[in-house]
Amino acid sequence: MTNTLWRPFGGELFEPFGSAGWDWPDNPLAELNRLSTEMDRMFRRFGGGDRSFAPAVAYPALDMWQDANSVYVEAELPGMEVGDLEIYVTGGNQLSIRGERKPPVVEGGTWHRQERGYGQFSRLLNLPCDVKTDGVEAEFKDGVLTITLPKSEAAKPRRLAIKAD
Amino acid sequence: MARELAKKQREGDGAVAERTRNAATYTPRFDIVETEGELLLYGDLPGVSKDNLAIDFENDNLSIEGKVEPRHAGHDFVYGEYGIGAFHRSFTITEAIDAEKISAELRNGVLTLHLPKTEAVKPRKIAVKAGN
Repeated sequence: MTNTLWRPFGGELFEPFGSAGWDWPDNPLAELNRLSTEMDRMFRRFGGGDRSFAPAVAYPALDMWQDANSVYVEAELPGMEVGDLEIYVTGGNQLSIRGERKPPVVEGGTWHRQERGYGQFSRLLNLPCDVKTDGVEAEFKDGVLTITLPKSEAAKPRRLAIKAD
Repeated sequence: MARELAKKQREGDGAVAERTRNAATYTPRFDIVETEGELLLYGDLPGVSKDNLAIDFENDNLSIEGKVEPRHAGHDFVYGEYGIGAFHRSFTITEAIDAEKISAELRNGVLTLHLPKTEAVKPRKIAVKAGN
């Protein structure tokens, strides 16, 4: 069985079932329920529904958050080890994440399902503002990578003083 | 009546549970490998810690449920390609499994589940005697 690799820049979506074809589900209702959950994932993944969502065409999918002092970039990278990840900040406002996810080693056996993908990936992300390259911190916990990027002084919000007449 | 029966046969009578809370729940991706001695499942459950994972095996139904703590309380959302929420998936296991010996590991967001087969269903080599 050949593994289908993610194609980070190819624009093609990851094909989890390979060429194995489609098995008719044992319980179509359950499958439908799963489909609706998947649809939720596609269209209403933030619960509130008021947030715009960009479809992930590259791996890993990224989420970005911020507060007054920092930008937070998060990626779900289950099964990775910290040592398998390379993170760079370049040009003050570009973040690059590279790595490789390796398939599990199983001696023999028959594969019934292969939905998880493996292979090399890399992503380049433009940050909304300049960050202090020296202060960038990355944390990897339970397969979730969180990168904290402190905003440069110039990018921090400033309260304007309003002169009274 | 016959139509009803046919419908039932087609769809099965398994109850499909719906959630009472309208919170986002995602279907985790799984790999399943069957070896001679066991059924091996690998599941991606990023953000799920050991204490927030529940695995149940009952009546051939394997259910995996992982809760995820909110990770960005107090931060403003900027851009997103995925949502954060609980994971749930269940499988109907048709192989005979020794439920007592099921074991699970969770490492870096990947669940590895070992479902050992009962002795009776493990393949046995049958020696063929040469006839005269």
